[in-house]
Amino acid sequence: MSATPVVFEPVATPKTSGRSETVYFAIRNRKLVVGLSITLALLLFALIGPAFARHGPLVYGGDLSWAPTTRSSHWFGTTLLGQDVYAQFVQGLRLAFIVGTLGGGIAAIVAMLVGFVAGYRGGIVDEVLNMLTNVVLVIPTFALLLVIAAYLQVRGIMTESVFIGITSWPWAARAIRAQTFSLVSREFVDMARLSGRRNLRIIFQEIAPNMSSYLFMMFILLFGGAILIATTLDFIGLGPSNTISLGMMMQLSVQNAALQLHLWWWFLPPGLALMALVGSLYVMNVGLDEIFNPKLRQL
Amino acid sequence: MSLQVDDLCVYYRSLAGDVKAVDGVSLEVHDGEIMGLAGESGCGKSTLGKALIKLDTRMRWVDGHVTLDGRELPVWDDAAMNDRRYADVSLVPQYAMSALNPTRKLGRMARELLESRGLDFAPVKPELVRRLELVGLEQSVLDLYPIEMSGGMKQRFVLVLSTLLNPSLLIADEITSALDVSTQKAVAEMLVGFRDREFIKSAIMITHDLSILSQVANTILVMYAGKLAEKASTETIVEAPRHPYTRMLIGTLPEVGVRFADRRLAGIKGRPPSLLNPPEGCRFRDRCPLATARCAIEPPYRSCGDGHLVACWEAAA
Amino acid sequence: MLTLDHVSVRYKIGTFGGGSLLAVDDVSFSVERGSVLSLIGESGSGKSTIGRSILRLVPAQSGRITFDGVDVSTLHRRELKEYYRHVQGVFQDPFSSFNPIYKADHVFATVREGFFPGLADRDWRRKIEQALEAVSLTPADVLGKYPHQLSGGQLQRLLVARALLLDIDVLVADEIISMLDASTRIEVLNLLGDLKARGLAIVFITHDLSLGNYISDETVILKKGRVVEAGPTPEVYGHPEDDYTRALLAAVPHLGRRWT
Repeated sequence: MSATPVVFEPVATPKTSGRSETVYFAIRNRKLVVGLSITLALLLFALIGPAFARHGPLVYGGDLSWAPTTRSSHWFGTTLLGQDVYAQFVQGLRLAFIVGTLGGGIAAIVAMLVGFVAGYRGGIVDEVLNMLTNVVLVIPTFALLLVIAAYLQVRGIMTESVFIGITSWPWAARAIRAQTFSLVSREFVDMARLSGRRNLRIIFQEIAPNMSSYLFMMFILLFGGAILIATTLDFIGLGPSNTISLGMMMQLSVQNAALQLHLWWWFLPPGLALMALVGSLYVMNVGLDEIFNPKLRQL
Repeated sequence: MSLQVDDLCVYYRSLAGDVKAVDGVSLEVHDGEIMGLAGESGCGKSTLGKALIKLDTRMRWVDGHVTLDGRELPVWDDAAMNDRRYADVSLVPQYAMSALNPTRKLGRMARELLESRGLDFAPVKPELVRRLELVGLEQSVLDLYPIEMSGGMKQRFVLVLSTLLNPSLLIADEITSALDVSTQKAVAEMLVGFRDREFIKSAIMITHDLSILSQVANTILVMYAGKLAEKASTETIVEAPRHPYTRMLIGTLPEVGVRFADRRLAGIKGRPPSLLNPPEGCRFRDRCPLATARCAIEPPYRSCGDGHLVACWEAAA
Repeated sequence: MLTLDHVSVRYKIGTFGGGSLLAVDDVSFSVERGSVLSLIGESGSGKSTIGRSILRLVPAQSGRITFDGVDVSTLHRRELKEYYRHVQGVFQDPFSSFNPIYKADHVFATVREGFFPGLADRDWRRKIEQALEAVSLTPADVLGKYPHQLSGGQLQRLLVARALLLDIDVLVADEIISMLDASTRIEVLNLLGDLKARGLAIVFITHDLSLGNYISDETVILKKGRVVEAGPTPEVYGHPEDDYTRALLAAVPHLGRRWT
């Protein structure tokens, strides 16, 4: 391509600094405010809630299938097996955040490593990493987890998080690789090379910070995705074997015919909480996109 | 009279206020005329071009009227303009050749464009093919994807497509800027050819390149910082410009064979003023070697000869 | 001083690098101190690739690039860094050459880290002021600002100043004025002319023939990776021997002369 047309020269206008502009748009963006509030509210509940539970989540009590508020200590009622729904709920909520952070975090780290290296180096390294990404993408995770479940006697939340982390990174790696490709072709990378900078430093000092908003939004998606995957695994019985989570609550309630028995307090709270949590995360993400991308901003 | 613009003001909204990109512009383009709209980046020429067709959602019409072939163009109303676009006034936007949908074959793109205007593709296709052959493109290009064509080929295709319905006015925004010098010549001559064959009645060619305008334009209009500086026939602008900005701009173009060792060309020091809060008086004052105290009052844009308009106290004297 | 000997550059394309594209085909020329050599060609002519291979940003498959007698295609790490003390580049898009999230002087800081690690703050500041003065920029106007707060002309001059910090011998200027306005273009070009007078060798890559004529002493015309014509600028422009050169010269729009 020969010379592209002349660039629009920014005239000497007094410009607000980048950061305060972002804050200005952030406060005005309803999606971000609503999404963030709901997420933070649930997080607060998950942190403080368990302190108020009168019973342990897995303890079989004497009161079976009581609706909420019929017994003063069981605010959310009890299950068919006499367990306190409130205690299970707050425990499950806490686990949701843990699996989201761990699972999403591990996936994010692997995606960044693979994506940055593939995008920066290109060539044969890129081809190999691409193959790896594609292989992991098509592995049937359920089948893999069934095999693992058969061999591990006890599976905790850690195992589940790690498993989710190492199987859900491919799409994020692809996206990061694509972004890195476009940044690598920018001339400031060449400038850094002409200053004798080493490749790794260029990736972490020049390229990654440029994508910081993108990486942040990616983490939120991985976080929400990890929670969803964990719930699905729990629901079909592949969840952690030593604790209770929101997905497992729903699984148990369906197994024990809660729908037919009208024990709505058993499956409705976990279902609504999951919907609220994951939904608010995605809404928050859309809001963040509008804030970070100047072209989408409403004036 | 093909096009008449009266005191047009178009601003951009921004956090810090209104950017007065086009601030009181009046002009006329006659049938058969190719008018060159020249200026540097940020002067408002692209904004003016796009304002005539109302195709940018960020700009805000503030004042002024535009009349095309005796009928008013509703340049403040996006929906009302839709009927006039493409049929009466058409645009080849900047970076047009990069804006072709990469997933569409060209023939399909042309068909979708016409159908979106409520026209059948089949009766128009023979004319499309005829015009493509006129500019040196074979009928087979309709089966190609944009990526399979060179920059020059894409630009020629876009030009043909934009003028298919014989619009009265064509606005060509930097159509030669990203091209090699031999393709530039071909595309510029194509524009003239379209006018000669009456595919278009008149054209406004927006560019920063005065040399190209000197080859194909009938009149040249020079813009600076949102306002008009000078307008005259091409010969006059090239040989006897009166506005100091036009003169200095011409001075930055090396004539045939001028070399650094023999004669240093002079640039224009400084930068254009901010359009957020433009200064009072003549906007070129800070950079002008002829500026006097009188220039604190904005000079009127008025005639100083046959079809020659200038906005400068010193020049009109 | 800088010599290219039958240099060819091939790009690998396709899956696993199966296909290849010959971007530069057997190109030879040399640049001397205190002179400007223009590489002129249209898109796809390979002129930018030659510039990048001189700067060791792309590898050359055959031929030699020698600087003061040393073959630069074999240099690694420390020796390559040493080479960059003598040869630097400035590219076409000023807004792409700066990382938008850092202030513009980040490029100076990178140079300091790489080449002047032990230098005292006061000495470094003086060096910067001298370099900025050489490119006619006022320190107060450009230091501490983000790239989007500066104009294209200022940014390009900052990049030349960055190169001057290193006391270089050769500057590769790849279309550095194509994205600038007409009024700033001439100022940057005149700056190059002044640097040439001080002994710098400049490889001026451009597609603009009139500006090539204005500034250069030697001209090389490229077409599809091959050298079509080369020689002193007045010769090439005044008495072109090749048809391609003649066609190019005929297509250039000049103010005082109509296209035939």
